Amino acid sequence: MVEPEVLEARIRAAIPDVTLVRIEDLTGGRDHFQATVVAPSFAGLTRVAQHQAVYRALGELMAGPVHALALSTHTPETYKRVLK
Amino acid sequence: MDDATRQKIQSLIDTHPVVVFMKGTKTFPQCGFSATVVEVMKRLGTDFHDVNVLADPAIRQGVKDFASWPTIPQVYVGGKFLGGCDIVRDMYTSGELAPLVQEATQK
Repeated sequence: MVEPEVLEARIRAAIPDVTLVRIEDLTGGRDHFQATVVAPSFAGLTRVAQHQAVYRALGELMAGPVHALALSTHTPETYKRVLK
Repeated sequence: MDDATRQKIQSLIDTHPVVVFMKGTKTFPQCGFSATVVEVMKRLGTDFHDVNVLADPAIRQGVKDFASWPTIPQVYVGGKFLGGCDIVRDMYTSGELAPLVQEATQK
C-alpha cells in the first residue's frame, strides 16, 4: 500500500514540467490507482515512452506497493481534446 | 534476467505476429487488465499467442525488464512492444490498432 500523495510527489519530482497530476484510489485500498499525468515534455514521445517516464518516476513502488495502475498520459494539447 | 529467459522472450515475439504476456490464458484471464486485452483482440478477430506469466516466474519478471515496463499485460505486435492495457485499449478505440495487427498477421 502507498498513499496517493506519495505517487504524486514522485511524479512531480521526476517530471518537473507536469501541469496536472491526478491520482485516484480506485478501491480505497491504496494499491489500485488511476493516474492522469499531463506534461508539455510528453510532446514527441510515443505513448510507450510517456508511460515509461511515469513508471520510472514510481520505480520500486511498481514492484509491490502498487498492484495496479491505470495510466493516462497527455500533453496539454491532447488533454484539451480529452476534456471536450 | 538470464540469457535463457531473454532468448525465450525474443523467440516468442519473433515467432508469433501477436503475443500477449498476460495473467491467465486467453480462455481464462485471471486479471481484469489482461481480460481487457483479450476482449480487444477478440473484437478485432485477431488470433494471438498467449503467454501465462503466472505459470513462469522467470518470464513474469523477465518481460518487465525486457520492455522496461513494470506491469502485465504486455502486447507485442510484429515483434515490437506496443504497450499495456491502457495503450492497447486506446489504440483500439482510435482505430490505430486494427491496421497494425492486420499487417503483422498477414506477413
